[in-house]
Amino acid sequence: MSEDIVISVRGLRSAFGPHVVHENLDLDVRRGEILGIVGGSGTGKTVLLNSILGLKKPDGGEILLDGQRLSELSSSERRKVDSRWGVLFQNGALFTSLSVMENVMAPLREHVDMSVPLMEEIASMKIGLSGLDASAGSRFPSELSGGMRKRAALARALALDPDILFLDEPTAGLDPIGAAAFDSLILELSRALGLTVVMITHDLDSLYEICDRVAVLADKKVEAVAPIRELLNHPHPWIHEYFQGPRGRAALAGKGS
Amino acid sequence: MRGHSIQTAEPAGLVVREEGRKTVLEAHGDWVVETINRQDAPLRRIEASVDPEDLVLDLSHLGRIDTSGAYILSRSVRRCHDPDADFHYLGDHPVARRLMHEVRARSTICEAPREPAYGFMGAMARIGAGLEAAYQETVSTFAFFGRTVTTGLSTAAQPWRFRLTPTVWAMEEVGVNALPIVAVLAFFIGAVVAYMGANLLGQLGFSVFTVELVGIAVLREFGVLITAIMLAGRSDSAFTASIGAMKMQQEVDAMRVLGLDPYEALVLPRVVACVLMAPLLTFGAMIAGIFGGMLVAWSAQDISPALFITRLHSELPWSHFWVGMSKAPVFGLVVAIIGCRQGMEVKGDVNSLGRRVTASVVQSIFAVIVLEALFAMMYLELGI
Repeated sequence: MSEDIVISVRGLRSAFGPHVVHENLDLDVRRGEILGIVGGSGTGKTVLLNSILGLKKPDGGEILLDGQRLSELSSSERRKVDSRWGVLFQNGALFTSLSVMENVMAPLREHVDMSVPLMEEIASMKIGLSGLDASAGSRFPSELSGGMRKRAALARALALDPDILFLDEPTAGLDPIGAAAFDSLILELSRALGLTVVMITHDLDSLYEICDRVAVLADKKVEAVAPIRELLNHPHPWIHEYFQGPRGRAALAGKGS
Repeated sequence: MRGHSIQTAEPAGLVVREEGRKTVLEAHGDWVVETINRQDAPLRRIEASVDPEDLVLDLSHLGRIDTSGAYILSRSVRRCHDPDADFHYLGDHPVARRLMHEVRARSTICEAPREPAYGFMGAMARIGAGLEAAYQETVSTFAFFGRTVTTGLSTAAQPWRFRLTPTVWAMEEVGVNALPIVAVLAFFIGAVVAYMGANLLGQLGFSVFTVELVGIAVLREFGVLITAIMLAGRSDSAFTASIGAMKMQQEVDAMRVLGLDPYEALVLPRVVACVLMAPLLTFGAMIAGIFGGMLVAWSAQDISPALFITRLHSELPWSHFWVGMSKAPVFGLVVAIIGCRQGMEVKGDVNSLGRRVTASVVQSIFAVIVLEALFAMMYLELGI
């Protein structure tokens, strides 16, 4: 894969009062890859995601998208950027007052000039694409199970066919079969659409199965970025524990290699 | 394919050509979500007029494509016997075929949401549904009332289970903090009644009867009514919102699992607080209302406060006061029950919280007014 960088984070510093989460953090995301982000609880995975998305203002450093500094964009350029990425938040963050169908249609309404019947067709296609069945469209988020809510949120994240997809723990709370199906869906979409995926996950199976590279957050920065097999024998104690602990080994064994 | 940064998409184009029996659809430009809208109508016309088995998609001039483009382009061949058959496609495109296959394999047709019925039948159906809902609401409110009473009785039998701290907290919220606004409102109501009396009775030469008018109106009806309406608007909505928010965060479920009875921990303290504080607030409202009437009588009719109070004592029987006071705990009870019940009915979504708070205030004010009318009839029949 060429060194075609979509997102680069340079010298990011994030702090909440005296509590520093990131210090001088660098990260590059290549076009078309699936990048997994792992790290212990409290190492600021979600904070990193929010900083890239512009939901949290960095306390230092820069985020660049295709070489452009996000902090220097005008608001109309910013809107374009927002329509280029889709985000699946940890708890789905669906609009509870709208049905699933209306949730998926919301970004279409906002960003695209499209007739309502076509919008409905596209939305129901996305709902199907994310693995929900036909009856889900007219239901409200509060009537869905956790896994279904995740899928509905994925459908909304995919509504605009984004170039870049951010997933915050997409398979957490899904049953293993559902999680595997979700993984293969993301892989398939990424390959077919040239989608760049950045996913925070603790699911070792996802890491083995679909991630091209894995970034490990530790000690307030990205300790290592590499394909997972190269990380297995990394000297850093946390990374070693992560991949060589009982669960890490089980996932590796399950991979049959 | 997908390439560079913030790029503008080429408009999607469609060229239709006939080749023998086949209709060839040539896709030009980028078929992505921003561009496909213009091609929707032409494609629909073709879908309606051409046998899908005779359609051929020519992908050789196609630029970028995304799932929306793949969907709309493959919609035409969707209904044929074998949509993936090679004879349906011409030309090479790195991802289009695969994407179309993927989209077709995975997509579903969602059921259209039910349109509300309009017209005469629709109106009748809505009226019926509304009546049934009102009936159900009444039944469940009484059920909730019963449940609260049994909880109250079992707590009375085991007094150590009674939660004093939340009760006192609720009493402060409902009673002490509401006193200023209730008193101010009652003051103005008393003043208004006195003005009316001054105007009408003064013309007849009976202006001194203003004292009886103010006394009876405030003691019998307005003191308690103002209190009840303020309770409904102020405390009842707060009950619904706070219990409803707890319900949304699953706090109520957590209480149940931990063996705490939400009726005992949430409902009973609020109900007790309302029942106890309503009479005290009513008393405050009565004093303020009479004070307002007295000031107006003094300034507008030269009835001195001393005369006003003496006449109040000599002419008004205590029964007016007791009639007013007797209604206060009932109103407090009703308002608290409705507020807590609506809170417990909140579901997981934000809308239901808003709906329930509205319903709570509307129902409790409605109940207060209806009960007020029933009380008036009852005391009239009793001759009090």
